[in-house]
Amino acid sequence: MTQIDRQAQPANPPASPAEPTGPAGIPASLVANPGLSRWLRVDPDGTVAVRTGKVEIGQGILTALAQIAAEELDVDPARIRMVPADTADGPDEGLTAGSMSIQRSGAALRHACAQARALLLDTAARRLGVPADRFTVSDGAIALDGAVRTDYWTLAGDAEVGAGGLFDVEFDPAVPAKSPADYRVVGTALPRLDIPDKVSGRPRFVSDLTLPGLVYGRVVRPPSPAAWLSTVDADPVRSRPGVLAVVCQGSFLGVLAEREAVAVTAAAALREAARWETPATLPDQTGLTDFLTSAPSETAVTGERVDAAAAARAVRTVSATYHKPFLAHASIGPSCAVACWRDDGVLAVWTHSQGIFGLRAALARVLDLPAERIVLHHAEGPGSYGHNGADDAAFDAVLLARAVPGRPVMVQWSRQDEHAWEPYGPAATVRLSAGLDADDRVVSWRADVWSNGHSNRPSRGAAPGAVSRLLAAGLLTPGRRDPTPVAADVPMASGGGTGRNAIPCYDFADYRLVSHVLTVMPLRTSSLRALGATANVFAIESFMDELAAAAGVDPVEFRLAHLVDPRSAAVVQAAARLGGWGSPVGGDSRGRGFGFARYKNTGAYCAVVAEVEATHEVRVRRLTVVADVGLAVNPDGVANQFEGGAIQATSWAVREQVRFDRTRITSEDWETYPILRFSEVPAVDVEVIQRLDEPSLGAGEAAAGPTVAAIANAVAAALGVRIRDLPLTPENILATLDRTGT
Amino acid sequence: MTDSVALTALTVNGVEHKVDAAADTPLLYVLRDHLGLKGTRFGCGLGQCGACHVLVDGRAVTSCDLPLWATAGRSVTTVEGLGAAGAPHPLRQAFTDEQAAQCGYCLSGILVTAAALLADNPGAGEDEVRAALDRNLCRCGSHNRIVRAVLRAGEAAR
Repeated sequence: MTQIDRQAQPANPPASPAEPTGPAGIPASLVANPGLSRWLRVDPDGTVAVRTGKVEIGQGILTALAQIAAEELDVDPARIRMVPADTADGPDEGLTAGSMSIQRSGAALRHACAQARALLLDTAARRLGVPADRFTVSDGAIALDGAVRTDYWTLAGDAEVGAGGLFDVEFDPAVPAKSPADYRVVGTALPRLDIPDKVSGRPRFVSDLTLPGLVYGRVVRPPSPAAWLSTVDADPVRSRPGVLAVVCQGSFLGVLAEREAVAVTAAAALREAARWETPATLPDQTGLTDFLTSAPSETAVTGERVDAAAAARAVRTVSATYHKPFLAHASIGPSCAVACWRDDGVLAVWTHSQGIFGLRAALARVLDLPAERIVLHHAEGPGSYGHNGADDAAFDAVLLARAVPGRPVMVQWSRQDEHAWEPYGPAATVRLSAGLDADDRVVSWRADVWSNGHSNRPSRGAAPGAVSRLLAAGLLTPGRRDPTPVAADVPMASGGGTGRNAIPCYDFADYRLVSHVLTVMPLRTSSLRALGATANVFAIESFMDELAAAAGVDPVEFRLAHLVDPRSAAVVQAAARLGGWGSPVGGDSRGRGFGFARYKNTGAYCAVVAEVEATHEVRVRRLTVVADVGLAVNPDGVANQFEGGAIQATSWAVREQVRFDRTRITSEDWETYPILRFSEVPAVDVEVIQRLDEPSLGAGEAAAGPTVAAIANAVAAALGVRIRDLPLTPENILATLDRTGT
Repeated sequence: MTDSVALTALTVNGVEHKVDAAADTPLLYVLRDHLGLKGTRFGCGLGQCGACHVLVDGRAVTSCDLPLWATAGRSVTTVEGLGAAGAPHPLRQAFTDEQAAQCGYCLSGILVTAAALLADNPGAGEDEVRAALDRNLCRCGSHNRIVRAVLRAGEAAR
């Protein structure tokens, strides 16, 4: 890790976002949840219970937030207990998505815990008759002139103060948080809080829940996205030993059993018994670009800067079109949920959803229940990388649990369910053109992006009159399949979906970005890690290399010549240095490539150097990743996120695409949707630039685009031919070679 | 699966169990549902991903497609049973030291595969570790940390 000398830091560029704030600079999550007791409680047993609306999805967020809480409270991080999110008592912080958790929940907890510390010290001051500013605090012990006089735990145990009474106040923006110069816990590589359980096989995930009376459910899904149930003779399955019920509502078909293995075999028998109508509704996979660019779409200018005089200086124009396929989240564990229609009239759901409040609203709407009668408990799931099947599995469990009131029902999706029914990251086609002036500077830039929308979360179907976005909701009417609700696009003010990172990070005087968001949805799509940034950064950074080649300039030099933001330039230069840019690669079929972006144009900075070997297939040998996330609360956690993001993006780049025929999804397991294995992943070196005085920026998604782009550029360097279609498989490479006659 | 039910005897983590389940019940469900050992995880049910790996007589195998009858009289070790009481397997410390996880869902199966490898070949080098772990999938991209952790555990065991 690099520690940047504070004085030497470049000025924060004007586009840099502060922590998201509401009126008067109050963190947005505190505006929404102003009561301090929603956020934390100090317990007499010497612990602090901290609540966050953000959820652990393998990104280490709970550890980083615990560090922030411990820092502001001046307690050992071991005293912090991160309480799983729920809709009953926890704060509502919307989705855990978009690399916003450290910014949002971190800002809220920083201020809430600073205020909590001040309240505790004020209480001690009143007790002891000493001004609060004379105290020092060490691990919750409150000292005066070096002698410990009381502590948080004693104060919390006091009847007058206890039961959350002290924190039963609203957030006070006047209480200052610590200066970063005083940080002792934030900025250190605290080991992850969840890893001890995970290396010991202790129950940790929603699928590990044991609840009294728990029974097991399985859903029998249609054979294709548009299919509906024509007939089923369920009686033989219903009478199987151990089967509790068969549920058949429209085309929603499922089974419940006391034992999980019985549910699995009963579901298989039910699948055998079911007959379906299977209309062919899917596009031709071999002509996806044609489909995307000709399908009905809504066209909008999503970014523009006009400088006609600059554009007029262009002496030549270069154009190219790039393509990314549909990608699956392909979580290592299929989605799972537990639901129970409790005897007291409350519906309880345990879910690994990324947005429990949004899911609650969606369930309330589709079930026509008041939200107060639904309680959602977050329980960890396997890494999701965006909106996968978690919410849909929760609704499945709710529907099946109706058959056994009072008993909790666990629904575990199968591998085929997850691969074939999760909402995919949309395919995209990106057409770019640039005008170069006589000095080979880019003076005009045009981008057209065609894609399905990236937002299909259940909360979008929660409003009165809205169509439910939950998967099973489209199956409940007998004799038909309701059309899949078309994914919306994320507004540019929220980072954009199709347009995410379509605005180049470079200083182009004149640009225009046009998004074409499809209004048809043959394949259901939603948010996959990095959203449109993957396609857009792949396209932009590939194109920058093509422009550099046209100009006869080194690609890194070409980028630096168009970068004015010093933090951007710093990561580009560091990656070039650490990645051996300019040194010999060694070997005929080897190549090195570069990729850079600032995520969402306002988030984390990331530059990547990739080294590849392209023989019978593309092997990525090494990635050098340089990241600037401002203040890295946990530098090892940040490095882990960038390394993981880079490896996942490598798998996307060289291997992955959802396959389908005109009727069915044919990628339905790990053989038909292969991902990189241990012997195939590249070596990855991550360098995190620590900037203590800059606001923290999310780390989870920033590596994706630059990694894919760097690999594509390295392949072009190795082959001498530009491959503009992902993935960089032998199939796509040969198609390009055939087309170009090389 | 047949509906015939008979007691099957097997040893799990050193304890003998008589399980009342159909003979072709996959071992995974016996472990998780009948014996309450939740550490072995369902990943695919197809023997493709390794999330459900357990040791059967010391060999790492997928439990999602291994029928109960095939384990009769055999010794099964799950992730919970790695190492001895009071002496956790060196892999556990090594994975903690390397912070070798993101979501951690694949870890149980990986720990089991690695334990089998190290028992067989404590001096396994990086290529051997990667080759052994090729039967396990990780989606978060923790591969390199995991490989470092296994190498570290191998050093600790030597």
